[in-house]
Amino acid sequence: MSTIHLAINAKPYTVDVDPQTSLLMVLREHLDLTGSKYGCGEGQCGACTVLIDGKAQRSCITRVGSVSGKKITTIEGLANGDRLHPVQQAFLDVGAMQCAYCTSGMIMSAVALLDRNPSPQPNEIVDFMDGNICRCGTYPRIVSAIQKAAKATRETAAAKGASR
Amino acid sequence: MNEKSQAQVPLEPERYELRAASPYHFDLGRRDFFKFLGAGIVVVSVLKPAVIAQESGAARQRRGESLPQEINAWLHIGENGKVTAYTGKVEIGQNIRTSLSQAVAEELHVPIENIEMVMGDTQLTPFDMGTFGSRTTPTMNLQLRKVASAARDVLVNLAAAQWKTDAQHLVAADGKVTDPHGNRSVEYAALMKGQQLTETLPAEDPLIPAANWSVAGKSVAKIEGREFVTGQHRYPSDQKLPDMLYGKVLRPPAFDATLVSVETQKAEQMGATVVHDGNFVGAAAPTSQLAEAAAAAIHAEWKSEPQISNKELFEYLRKNTTEGKDPTGDGDRYDAGSVDQAMSSADHQLRQTYTVQYIAHTPLEPRAALAKWDGDQLTVWTGTQRPFGVRGQLAEAFRIPEDKIRVLMPDMGSGYGGKHTGETAIEAARLARAAKRPVKVVWTREEEFTWAYFRPAGVIDVMSGVSKDGTITAWEFHNYNSGSAGIKTYYEIPNQRIVFHPVKSPLRQGSYRALAATANHFARESHMDELAHTVKMDPLEFRLKNLKNDRLRAVFEAAAKQFGWGKSKSEGQGFGMGGGYEKLGNVATFAEINVDKKSGDVKIVRLVTAFECGAIVNPDGLRNQLEGSNVQGLGGALFEAIQFDNGKILNDRLSQYRVPRFSDVPVMETILLDRKDIPSAGAGECPLIGVAPAIANAIFDATGKRLRALPLIPNGLKAA
Repeated sequence: MSTIHLAINAKPYTVDVDPQTSLLMVLREHLDLTGSKYGCGEGQCGACTVLIDGKAQRSCITRVGSVSGKKITTIEGLANGDRLHPVQQAFLDVGAMQCAYCTSGMIMSAVALLDRNPSPQPNEIVDFMDGNICRCGTYPRIVSAIQKAAKATRETAAAKGASR
Repeated sequence: MNEKSQAQVPLEPERYELRAASPYHFDLGRRDFFKFLGAGIVVVSVLKPAVIAQESGAARQRRGESLPQEINAWLHIGENGKVTAYTGKVEIGQNIRTSLSQAVAEELHVPIENIEMVMGDTQLTPFDMGTFGSRTTPTMNLQLRKVASAARDVLVNLAAAQWKTDAQHLVAADGKVTDPHGNRSVEYAALMKGQQLTETLPAEDPLIPAANWSVAGKSVAKIEGREFVTGQHRYPSDQKLPDMLYGKVLRPPAFDATLVSVETQKAEQMGATVVHDGNFVGAAAPTSQLAEAAAAAIHAEWKSEPQISNKELFEYLRKNTTEGKDPTGDGDRYDAGSVDQAMSSADHQLRQTYTVQYIAHTPLEPRAALAKWDGDQLTVWTGTQRPFGVRGQLAEAFRIPEDKIRVLMPDMGSGYGGKHTGETAIEAARLARAAKRPVKVVWTREEEFTWAYFRPAGVIDVMSGVSKDGTITAWEFHNYNSGSAGIKTYYEIPNQRIVFHPVKSPLRQGSYRALAATANHFARESHMDELAHTVKMDPLEFRLKNLKNDRLRAVFEAAAKQFGWGKSKSEGQGFGMGGGYEKLGNVATFAEINVDKKSGDVKIVRLVTAFECGAIVNPDGLRNQLEGSNVQGLGGALFEAIQFDNGKILNDRLSQYRVPRFSDVPVMETILLDRKDIPSAGAGECPLIGVAPAIANAIFDATGKRLRALPLIPNGLKAA
């Protein structure tokens, strides 16, 4: 057992756990942040994806001891109050989900993608997202949602630039 | 077969998992359902006896049941105007929370936001056999429509009585009853004040014709979608209670193993609650880590018998039919004309064998349950397609009446036919009873791959006779183990012998989205292509020559047109088709594939699907189901197969069991044929059945290589 300090969604947390424990287990069991999902436990399905210092990581194979002091963002921390993140809004608008169990991980991966590539081509989206599984098969809609979010983000940025 | 007889095709009776014995054997020594509703009106839907048998299961036990099973839905409008509809169906990603709300909104003339759907809660909702078989849209949608439409009539009559006018002059719209002549209106809520009315549904209530639907028929956004994109929705595995423990069950090293001895002292010393009861061994502790460590510290010895592997599977299935031995009855069989005579006199005869492997549903959310005892009252939150079935399993396992048990089903992370049973519910409840605290059990992916049930493997022998002009004259079809769904042929063949041979399966097997229709259509539609090739006819022309069913012809023709059937192809390209009907839906799928001759890689380039399931309720939801079916179908068609040996699953991880990913998805074009004159049928299953044969036929078209085993190319074409 060790005392570990975590910065999740811009809030400080302290947990007493074995540093080898997975970040996913700490999020879900200790902090009741259940938006990140368990799907496979081996980094194969992407349902547990969170952002660590802005990069998409599989929290089920990330040891909690390795992320102390790093900036962690989960699906619960993505919206700004009532205002959804453009990727969340696009998933809603496009209806890019059926059971939606994969949705948190899909959205977090997509946020990381758009952060480094604001105008991804469909094949770039497919390449980047290939580690996230949707068993309901809503892949085409997820690609559309990511394209829509990218467009919305570019337009907002352009509007901001123009008003300056 | 004509349309009338198509509508009478019975549901497949084989649901192996529903007949399976309870997984554990423990050594054990009219609630007032209106009281929670308050004032207002309640409309109750009552089923006809014939429908009850189909929807609730003829042999169902009634132990502890306090409600008549004739009631299958009800709706309440409160004094505040709030509308709550109750159904035993559950939301598993097929979006029925939205489509059923839409049906109620349409009939009641209220905004969809005003409606709350209470689903799959055994204490609050009417009995329901389960959410499977694409039955929600044809049955529950219709029942809720009737209920809502009856409620609307009650409201209109209340307003008419208040105004002392004829109800026929009044109009119900937007949550109000309006009198256009008297220039007055009253909100539903105001009409409800002080009322306590119960209305039992008049069966012959007229429904709004599909052409006049205002909300249904349009696409509406997923209800509570915001909860899902913000991670706030609590799936079964996310449920939590104060003082809750985490449970872990000890698994045997092989199927059907018996427990010889068990030593639990070490686990108990770790501070875990340990249960050894009959063949059940498990531990519960305040963290899942501790529960896991405690379970690992239990020393158990098991004994198991040698068991077969994939290598012997198909030979085994052929040799181990249970015909004449199974007390639940033999398989289905259909005979027409004189097959042997027609076969021997046919211009061409063809005999081929097709096989399908066991595959796993692999729902992204594994089985999960949270159980809590209050004295002798048991409450369980669990992910299942059959909350009432799970209640029955719990009653049997704990030998308590069903009315002591409440099962709730929070909208879950999908099922695809794989969550009809209540394993985790029983496990969590057993541990919770010993710990005297709530216990949650969530299966690992490895447990889900091993201890759930599989889509049955199967061997299908097809023998056929065809005349030179392309008329099929004889058809013999034997399915070993995979099931009888979709086993009958829709092609016009005078002489038929079609038999389903049940087998004692070496692995635990059960329902899977579209059941055996996938295997039977793969065999039939592949064989149709082989026959077309035999008589040197175009595969589409050959099918249409032998097909009279108008609805099926329509989907084949629509898909062919969209696909551009008959166009020229380039090197490596292949075109193929497959289609049929199942669960009252008709589908034709056309595939375009590309084979890299050097590497043997097969790329599925394009799938064109034409689908017709009567009147369309929600076109966007329907497209979503169609695309999802196609993607799921790709997995079983191309690469999914369970590898097993001696009672163990060898590929029990997602790194070892390949499911379709983004990069596997082809261009998908869907054509929806809307038949407003035909009642709506479900769409969660039927679209799956055309995918595998369309691709197999396209591979033959590209390479001349005929693949008769699913999955077609688990290791690429060269290895096939």
